[in-house]
Amino acid sequence: MAQYSTNEFRPGLKVMLDGDPCSIMENEFVKPGKGQAFNRVRLRNLKTGRVWERTFKSGEALMGADVVDVDMQYLYSDGEFWHFMNQKSFEQYVAGESAVAENIKWLKEEDTCIVTLYNGMPLSVTPPNFVELEIIETDPGIRGDTATGGTKPATLSTGAVVNVPLFLNKGEVIRVDTRTGQYGSRAKT
Amino acid sequence: MGQPVDWQPNASLATLQKRAQLLQNIRAFFADRAVLEVDTPALSQFSVAAAQLHPVIAQLNDQHFYLQTSPEYAMKRLLAAGSGSIYQLGKAFRDGERGRLHNPEFMMLEWYRVDWSLTQLLDEVCALLQSCAQTPALTQADYGQLFEQHVGLNPHTATLEQLQQAAAQLLGKIDTDLLRADLQALLFNHHVEPTLGQDAPIAVMHFPEEQAELARLIQPANQPYLIAERAEIYWQGIELANGYQELTSADELQSRWQQRQQEFPHPHPDWPTRQDPRLLAALNHGLPDCAGIALGVDRLLMLMLGETQVDRVVSFAMERA
Repeated sequence: MAQYSTNEFRPGLKVMLDGDPCSIMENEFVKPGKGQAFNRVRLRNLKTGRVWERTFKSGEALMGADVVDVDMQYLYSDGEFWHFMNQKSFEQYVAGESAVAENIKWLKEEDTCIVTLYNGMPLSVTPPNFVELEIIETDPGIRGDTATGGTKPATLSTGAVVNVPLFLNKGEVIRVDTRTGQYGSRAKT
Repeated sequence: MGQPVDWQPNASLATLQKRAQLLQNIRAFFADRAVLEVDTPALSQFSVAAAQLHPVIAQLNDQHFYLQTSPEYAMKRLLAAGSGSIYQLGKAFRDGERGRLHNPEFMMLEWYRVDWSLTQLLDEVCALLQSCAQTPALTQADYGQLFEQHVGLNPHTATLEQLQQAAAQLLGKIDTDLLRADLQALLFNHHVEPTLGQDAPIAVMHFPEEQAELARLIQPANQPYLIAERAEIYWQGIELANGYQELTSADELQSRWQQRQQEFPHPHPDWPTRQDPRLLAALNHGLPDCAGIALGVDRLLMLMLGETQVDRVVSFAMERA
């Protein structure tokens, strides 16, 4: 893997820090008129999701991390692992629980997700921004109530629980924003 | 259609008009006070001999010249030649300095007042900022006190290990290559600078001996350490200017150069390794007592206009130059 010097640090660049792959978020050049130049860098640890703030002497270098984002179709879960397929190569990948983490609740079979590979192994899974899921459990709908703006919890086919408007019923398919976990609309059929 | 070419200026035309007005106001300010405008060479055979300032190298026939990182040495030669108080408004160049607050080519205002103290000069900085940039009056603070308050160490007396420990929180490791001056500056930049000059510009005074650069050193009463008669001006958390009660002793200049050389034996094969003999000769002839200061004009304009990047106030930043 190539080395990257502080002046090559750009948002999105993947580097190794303290043994973990990290993605650079921000890089600010800091230099007093007289004195050593530094770079103040914010990085996201791709394993833990934690954000680190570190300062480097300008010109210091970090090893690049072998991290790539690949579009993959979610196939199924066997209860222990989550199976994905690269739609170009048809190669299959197996992600563990730590990689899917809390995104488990947005994974619907056949949806296309972004799988982040680290040294060829799934490190994390990003679901599509919007998913369409069926309501499998909720209080009966209040017919015609589209105006009061009240909501109720609804359990979706993947186990996710979201607040939905009162008029919705079990069996309906809704569109949810996976970044916020919020109800968007009824799915267009 | 090919790639769009970014030929347009970085700054708006309204900003360029304000820039022209600011330059005009600065010149009027010094004309009113009978300070002589000078323009020393941008290309010189020597360069300021600081390891942390990287000059841009220019090839002329077979000889290396340097684009000036500041006009300090040439202006001091004029002072030694009897110019009296002088100012210069011109471009300075520093290789490798690029970021939100840095463009490798930038506009510097540098001026020297003969027979003035640094305190008197700071009064004039205050007047300049008030009249040209409409800032509130300049306030003052002590470097050591600020450092103790925000870092929890006395910068003058803290041991190298204490400074390294404090810096390790930022660096994620103890870096033994950093000098005392680097560690002090790192901690000051991170912990103190962002808090400075929020309501009005502030002059931070009395730097640790290690950061004296070319400022005179004095012994404060009842203290075992020396402090530098150096002032840095900050506004809205950003370094704006750096001033000295100028060192006039040629012997002291030479010994500081030698120390620098030991600290940074060979920074880069193409950078000037010899110290500028003409500056040394000028000091040997006699530099009058004076105070001097250099101010970043792009940053001043940026802050005046409420911008957050210097690129927004220059016609064409480096990538479009």
